[in-house]
Amino acid sequence: MSKAVHAKDLNIYYGSFLAVEGVNIEIKPKTVTALIGPSGCGKSTFLRSINRMHEVIPGARVEGSLTLDGKELYGAGVDPVGVRRQIGMVFQRPNPFPTMSIYENVIAGQKLNNKRAGKKATDELVERSLRGANLWSEVKDRLDKPGSGLSGGQQQRLCIARAIAVQPDVLLMDEPCSALDPISTLAIEDLINELKTDYTIVIVTHNMQQAARVSDFTGFFTIEGTGKPGHLVEMDETKTIFSQPKQKATEDYVSGRFG
Amino acid sequence: MSAPTTTPATATPSTKPVRQLGDRIFAGSATGAGVLILIVLAGVAVFLIAQAIPAFTASPAELPGGKSLTAYIGPLVFGTLLSALIALVIATPLAVCVALFITHYAPRRLAQGLGYVVDLLAAVPSIVYGLWGVAVLAPASLPFMTWLQDYLGWIPLFAGPVSATGRTMLVVGVTLAVMILPIITAVSREVFLQTPKLHEEAALALGATRWEMIRMAVLPFGRSGIISGAMLGLGRALGETMAVAIILSGSGIITFNLISSSNPSSIAANIALQFPDSTGVAVNTLIASGLVLFVITLLVNSIARWIINRRREFSGAN
Amino acid sequence: MTSDTRTDTDRSRTDGELAEQAVVPMPLVRAELPRWAPWGILVASLVVVGGILAATGNFGIGLTLVLGALLYAVVTYVVSRSVEGGRKATDRVVTIVVNVAFLIALIPLISVIVTVLQNGIARFDGAFFTNSMRGVVGEGGGGYHAIMGTLIITALAAAMSIPVGILTAVYLVEYGKGRLARAITFFVDVMTGIPSIVAGLFAFAFFALFAGPGIRFGFGGAVALSILMIPVVVRSTEEMLKIVPNELREAAYALGTPKWRTILKVVIPTSIAGIASGVTLAVARVIGETAPLLIIAGLTTGVNLNPFSGRMTTLPVFAYNSYAAPGVPREPFIDRAWTSALVLIIIVLILNLLARLVATLFAPKTR
Repeated sequence: MSKAVHAKDLNIYYGSFLAVEGVNIEIKPKTVTALIGPSGCGKSTFLRSINRMHEVIPGARVEGSLTLDGKELYGAGVDPVGVRRQIGMVFQRPNPFPTMSIYENVIAGQKLNNKRAGKKATDELVERSLRGANLWSEVKDRLDKPGSGLSGGQQQRLCIARAIAVQPDVLLMDEPCSALDPISTLAIEDLINELKTDYTIVIVTHNMQQAARVSDFTGFFTIEGTGKPGHLVEMDETKTIFSQPKQKATEDYVSGRFG
Repeated sequence: MSAPTTTPATATPSTKPVRQLGDRIFAGSATGAGVLILIVLAGVAVFLIAQAIPAFTASPAELPGGKSLTAYIGPLVFGTLLSALIALVIATPLAVCVALFITHYAPRRLAQGLGYVVDLLAAVPSIVYGLWGVAVLAPASLPFMTWLQDYLGWIPLFAGPVSATGRTMLVVGVTLAVMILPIITAVSREVFLQTPKLHEEAALALGATRWEMIRMAVLPFGRSGIISGAMLGLGRALGETMAVAIILSGSGIITFNLISSSNPSSIAANIALQFPDSTGVAVNTLIASGLVLFVITLLVNSIARWIINRRREFSGAN
Repeated sequence: MTSDTRTDTDRSRTDGELAEQAVVPMPLVRAELPRWAPWGILVASLVVVGGILAATGNFGIGLTLVLGALLYAVVTYVVSRSVEGGRKATDRVVTIVVNVAFLIALIPLISVIVTVLQNGIARFDGAFFTNSMRGVVGEGGGGYHAIMGTLIITALAAAMSIPVGILTAVYLVEYGKGRLARAITFFVDVMTGIPSIVAGLFAFAFFALFAGPGIRFGFGGAVALSILMIPVVVRSTEEMLKIVPNELREAAYALGTPKWRTILKVVIPTSIAGIASGVTLAVARVIGETAPLLIIAGLTTGVNLNPFSGRMTTLPVFAYNSYAAPGVPREPFIDRAWTSALVLIIIVLILNLLARLVATLFAPKTR
């Protein structure tokens, strides 16, 4: 259910602009990897390139190699739509579909692709996904109500339920708590801890305490200056990054002297 | 993972071609619809020009009126511009006031309903305004036009003698003004509502009265909106057919006398009136005049668009 | 730094000025006209003007209102200026001007509605909706053929414009980039400005090429109306698609949904309310078109339900023709013209209400 992601000499471009340069990273299965770094350093760009979401922006492309359990994600004939089915994503702002109920939101992956399953199987999938997202007890009596009627934290957990309902191998999270209050944030962080038994999780965060709390590994991205490409400075176990980083830049950042 | 995959990114081979086909068909039909619009427009231009050419090449004697093409179309262009201009001059200030009333003066509960009524009036068919113009406005404005002639007759515009039926250029202008008033109001109202609350509050916080606030914050912000609304109204007035056709009995003269019984017709009205009974070169001539009208409205609309787009760049709204 | 500047400014002032400022604080309470004053001045102005006009024998409601409003504005300015100062006085006068302008604008608009109602109600009967004009010379008859013609031609125009318009908008928002998209945007703008009569001329010029200059039929009218309708549909749909948040598209993509399904199942359902009401308003806009139909659809007295052959009358054309070329006696024709106008207004009204209803019914719900 969970797979490894490997990047080798990955360059990410927007048109002719090199946004992220030379990323070499190995993300192990069933771990939580946090990506930290100052704004604009390319960590979100890198995250979005993992499930080929950055291609939504015209002119975006990558060079180098990015593999999922050894299978090239950018190989010839690879359909980005298929990639995204195996690598799910949770966004910065909760974005449940406003035209769908809570129930329909959870099975949106099926519904949007016109896959039919029995009523019973679907019910089970919804319950399993909502339980997986720690949301079941809060919404089980109002599954037919619109998803946009939930609170921000509940909406974000609904989006996580929606993402895990398609049973991906990897779950990408792009600052999933930045629009939430502290209590909702805590709920999501607990959830991340539970999810890592089943999924490989990559999370981008601006909150270093959060990275320290939830992740097993941490990668630090930075940028030399505006117009320059971002790059991965260091990637190690989270303890190491926060206690004895090998690079000066990392130490400056995690100790708050920079960024 | 439910689907066993050999190459992880390609999913199951059976669904992939179908998906690509769906995407291709959908993208193709969307593009096709866009291209169809281009073709239709090219068709409009080509067919109109092709049908207008005989009018340009025909000898003057064959043309309606028996003189040159410019002598035929000239007064019509004049009538078109004059009637639209009168409408614009009357409607614009009124529309701005009405829009201000709705957005800044009316009680809040009333304002929304009024906005809706204005939108509704913008959709009332022009033939209705035309019927109203000839049946109500023309007779009702007779005393006013007589007064104009008596006291302001020294201005060429009101030289008279007043038409006995009241079916004059001035009445046409006022009818068109009534027609385009809701359009200009609707556009102005939109931009007035978009005035950043911060600007308004900044003005009020400086101790401005309501009018000073409007002058400092609302009008500067809405100026280009007003202009483009007026231009859209002008475009509508230029192309308006039935109101003019039903009110005026045009003769091919050029006069600034707004209240007499001999008036130039407008291009659109002339086509509507003459077309059903025309044959041969006369039809081509009418189409040629339609082409001229098209060019005029195109110019007016382009200016309006240009103003709107320029505003968009500066407003930072996008 | 700030204190430096302040001392500078202070030094540059004379001692007298400073003293004066210290002594006279900004008053919080200022002289103000009592609340009844504007109404009092208004009534007084009207009474005075009315009285003078009556005394000189020129009394008239309209004249009294016009001159009364003028006097009202002038008196208000003078009184307010003397009591409240110039700024407040200007504010009051502008308020009067705006209110009066609104009332002036209201007069013709109300008059239009009232006139149509008054004149149209006479023939707003069963016969009008069931009889055509075939064989009718005087009284009786109705607009059944014109109502059917309007419905058929408008439905055909809508059937052609709505798919093309919506697909074009989808192209412009979701797919379009580069030169083709720019060209389409530009020419849709151009199309918005086509005068309705020119659209009629085009339809005529186009079909006359195949069928000769005598061609008059309903489908041609529908083509002319589509030319007027397509740009309206494109514009309104485009606006609605643009306000669908990109986050929703991304959410669908991230679930492994192909683009076309994302558009069909997420983007369009989210904006369907706005699209539907925009389309309804576009229909309302063309249903009252007269000029192009006068040219290409022609005029007939009988019912013709086949849009592909023979002339077809529509309500606006029927109204126009009944009024402009009445038979003898005149009155029944004029009555029918007004009733047609009334029916048209009612249709437009219903379509507008429908648009509002559709917008609220289809709008995404939050609870």
